[in-house]
Amino acid sequence: MTRGPTWFNITSLVVGFSFLYLPIVLLVIYSFNESRLVTVWGGFSTKWYASLLQNDQLLDAAWVTLRVAFTSATIATVLGTLAALVLVRSGRFIGRSLFSGMIFAPLVMPEVILGLSLLLLFVAMDTARGFWTVMLAHTTFAMCYVAVVVQSRLVGFDKSVEEAAEDLGCPPVKTFFLITLPIILPGVIAGWMLAFTLSLDDLVIASFTTGPGATTLPMKIYSQVRLGVTPEINAVCTILVGLVTIGVIAASLVTKRQQIQRERDERAAFGADN
Amino acid sequence: MAENNVAAPVKRSLGGRLLIAVPYFWLFLFFLAPFLIVVKISLSQTAIAIPPYVPTFDLSEGWQAFSESFAEFSFENYVWLTEDALYWKSYLSSVSIAAVSTFLTLLIGYPIAYGMARSPQSWRPTLLMLVILPFWTSFLIRVYAWIGILKNEGLLNQLLLSLGLISEPLVILNTNAAVYVGIVYSYLPFLVLPLYASLERLDGTLLEAAEDLGCPAWKAFWKITVPLSLPGIIAGCFLVFIPAVGEFVIPDLLGGSNTLMIGKTLWVEFFNNRDWPVSSAVAVILLLILVIPIVLFQNQQQKMSEKDG
Repeated sequence: MTRGPTWFNITSLVVGFSFLYLPIVLLVIYSFNESRLVTVWGGFSTKWYASLLQNDQLLDAAWVTLRVAFTSATIATVLGTLAALVLVRSGRFIGRSLFSGMIFAPLVMPEVILGLSLLLLFVAMDTARGFWTVMLAHTTFAMCYVAVVVQSRLVGFDKSVEEAAEDLGCPPVKTFFLITLPIILPGVIAGWMLAFTLSLDDLVIASFTTGPGATTLPMKIYSQVRLGVTPEINAVCTILVGLVTIGVIAASLVTKRQQIQRERDERAAFGADN
Repeated sequence: MAENNVAAPVKRSLGGRLLIAVPYFWLFLFFLAPFLIVVKISLSQTAIAIPPYVPTFDLSEGWQAFSESFAEFSFENYVWLTEDALYWKSYLSSVSIAAVSTFLTLLIGYPIAYGMARSPQSWRPTLLMLVILPFWTSFLIRVYAWIGILKNEGLLNQLLLSLGLISEPLVILNTNAAVYVGIVYSYLPFLVLPLYASLERLDGTLLEAAEDLGCPAWKAFWKITVPLSLPGIIAGCFLVFIPAVGEFVIPDLLGGSNTLMIGKTLWVEFFNNRDWPVSSAVAVILLLILVIPIVLFQNQQQKMSEKDG
């Protein structure tokens, strides 16, 4: 579409984005509320953030969550990238449609089903539940998201660069690390970040697959939210929202810069040829 | 491995086979096998034991015992699901809540996607970023934020009371209305993104042609814009509808005790009643209900990618 926005378009954008952002903004504002009553403004205060640092249970849960998210995102990125390579590069093989089905199904599958089925697997395998089971569960559903993100990067990829390297005698593994990986890196990084935030965020699957001693932050938040809205929870949420926002904006700026740099390099390379 | 490369392309190198095997094996073990276990347990009976169901398979007891356990399977749990009204009411109300919310999301999302597609080129990356950003923030936090707004003494009621629009607070939290708000809010980006993608590709000259020929703007919208953005509408609606049917967090935190949704029923059955076989049966039926829209969605995606390619 080429025509400019009308007043109607601008109004719908303003209303739509206010709808998306107002609840979060209000939550952030009320985390600085002096009053314990969340809906009555009692003046500015950072005391809830101070009291967070005293809350050992919450800090423990946050530490567990970060460890789970970091480990599962890293493994999921490796597996997801492999899966994306299989989807784009491996051509036909036996069970290919089953494979792609297993990649796409977890994206739309209700979390209760994923959580229940994984728990029953861990019970059947007689595994002690805790940190590792949550980590494995998160790895499994996050790798599918990574696969989709990396796949979209691989599809628009000039294969002749890789073929050139291999024709010159570069072994496939070396070609992957020297040629393929640097080109798909923005996708891989985005995949890792997506896997990390999905794990950071997940309540349902973690509740099913966890065991004693591995309570994650969303589980802690959930059990407190059920008792009512408190300014402390607002403060935790504000910190999480802040971290994610900074992370996403930083990552998008970095990828943009890399893109510009790469385009410049490519142009320079082609220029030298001529 | 370099030597293998020279071989015929049909023959896969060891590395190539390993590349397929690793993610395949992982998904098989942690995605497919668990489903088979769910199906198996849904055919078992509840027992006061650890794990709380019979029969359990134990290969150490030999083949005889193993095959005998098969005889203990029954469809009792499925019969139970049809007898107790709670379950089919939960399924029906999940589907209807998801359908209504999907429609509401479309009503709200369409003008946003349309506005984005009509905005100047230079605004678009920022607008796109603004739609995607909430998607990265915690789902739980976004649902939680609405509790403070919708409660009886919450911010919305305070605002309406102070404006004099209402004389006593509206009861919104713990009703189905709050669940609609929650689903629309949480899944809006899922609908806006594919819709924006198809609206952005729309050829503006078609609308100009219609206008030149004297077609009123609203009619041109119905006859041209809506049909051409249909793939985006369908993709977006599936992306909202499918996960919304099995939603647990939103009905649990925003809905009331009479908000029946199957995700919540399954959760209660599993964690409160500790009835693993029945909750497995609930999961199997939910999956069967969702298979239809999931397959339709995949077909549609395939058609779209074929068209693009």
